[in-house]
Amino acid sequence: MPIQGTTAEKPIAIRVAGLHKSFGTHEVLKGVSLTACEGDVVAIIGGSGSGKSTMLRCINFLETPSGGSIEIGGEAVAMHGDGTPSDRRQLERLRQSLGMVFQNFNLWTHKTVLENLIEVPVHVLKLPRAEAEARARKLLARVGLAEKEGAYPAYLSGGQQQRAAIARALCMEPRAMLFDEPTSALDPELVGEVLQVIRGLANEGRTMVLVTHEMKFAREVASHVIYLHNGVIEEQGPPAEVFGAPKSERLKQFLKTVG
Amino acid sequence: MVCPPPAQLSSLTLLGFGDCGWGATLLWGFGNSLMIALGAYAIGFCIGVSGAFGKLYGGPVAKDLLAVYTTIVRAVPELVLILILYYAVPALLNEVMLGLGYERINLPQFITGVVVLAVVQGAYQIEVLRGSILAVPQGQIEAARAMGMSPVMLARRITLPLMTSNAIPGLGNLWLNATKDTALLAVIGFTELTKATFQASATTKAFFTFYGAAMALYMAISLVSILLFGRLEKIARRGQRDARG
Repeated sequence: MPIQGTTAEKPIAIRVAGLHKSFGTHEVLKGVSLTACEGDVVAIIGGSGSGKSTMLRCINFLETPSGGSIEIGGEAVAMHGDGTPSDRRQLERLRQSLGMVFQNFNLWTHKTVLENLIEVPVHVLKLPRAEAEARARKLLARVGLAEKEGAYPAYLSGGQQQRAAIARALCMEPRAMLFDEPTSALDPELVGEVLQVIRGLANEGRTMVLVTHEMKFAREVASHVIYLHNGVIEEQGPPAEVFGAPKSERLKQFLKTVG
Repeated sequence: MVCPPPAQLSSLTLLGFGDCGWGATLLWGFGNSLMIALGAYAIGFCIGVSGAFGKLYGGPVAKDLLAVYTTIVRAVPELVLILILYYAVPALLNEVMLGLGYERINLPQFITGVVVLAVVQGAYQIEVLRGSILAVPQGQIEAARAMGMSPVMLARRITLPLMTSNAIPGLGNLWLNATKDTALLAVIGFTELTKATFQASATTKAFFTFYGAAMALYMAISLVSILLFGRLEKIARRGQRDARG
């Protein structure tokens, strides 16, 4: 269990401050903040439409924030007044340090598993191909897909695809990992194998921000939990407090319904 | 040598490469048709790819210009376009050339033919390619963006390969159109396959023989093309499971 106060000495991996996001006139995020230091596992929970996925997607600008600031590894993402990124190359460089895992895996269907893993290391990070392949094979072995390197994603189960997607993100050796509901699209019997991989990453001290519906899992791996409701942080704290002694009525209600 | 009246010659002699045969003329026309179609299709493809990306991701001015282009070209019969472009473009070009103090130039018919058909092909290819870009799963593009790919690399390594399998049936259609549209160039007096056939049959009165031969040649292009596009589609569909299960 992480002890409060220790985070202050560790370098900050991700900092989100006063983040606003509107789609048209609908304000999805109304000024939310988050700090993840090296080694932190921040879990974002909340009901459907609470803005949790949007908050995560704003960190690497898959959604353009309407206001606020984002820092990756102490470097603020350059933004215009309306929130759009103003320095494409800087954003690309910062994105390379964030491994993103999606709900729907989003593996490239025209590439084999191994080709998926080495695509960005070879073509964007300019790693020698042999080195990238060695790194990729090590990661595939780790997520239990060593035999599947030549397979196309369409021939894998959902759980295998998600494990391959996690390995693809790791293959860039990112500073932090972002998980956007990584098990929500999986059949119940496949959820465990993916959570097992994510648990392993948390245990080795990887920095991650995780949007999830798996409350038991969040309680187990998170060092900090954020409960979002209607675009504001309703409650946050260490998992023992948020899950064990929720203060707000809404969070109590939410935890009861997701059981 | 003086040939006997064509009525006394067999179809084989008429289609042959001897002194009294028209085989060489037909093949010359066939070659011209193929080269024009290939040239127009290749240029049309470049117009198509850049136009499709321009329509989807370009600025408002680019989008408007492309909309005007695709609307006009697809609205006007190709024959009319060919006549307009064939007579109007060189005239306009010469206005400019003379205005700038240069000599009047005559565009070779071959170049004019390629350019005219490329303009037509480009407009249709833009729409086929635009549709196939839109059919690329958004998530796969997002994954590439999230990993820090630049827009150009993303287009080249992810979007283009993924859209190809969607585009090939439509592009195959357009290629077949291109091979047959070359026949329209007969109206401007360009000796492609149809014009060559017309000359041969008008001289010999062996209409059935020559138009039958032309039909067989057009058919041959189509059949070979269908085979080739089938191969291409198979390559482009790698990694996809058979939709029929």
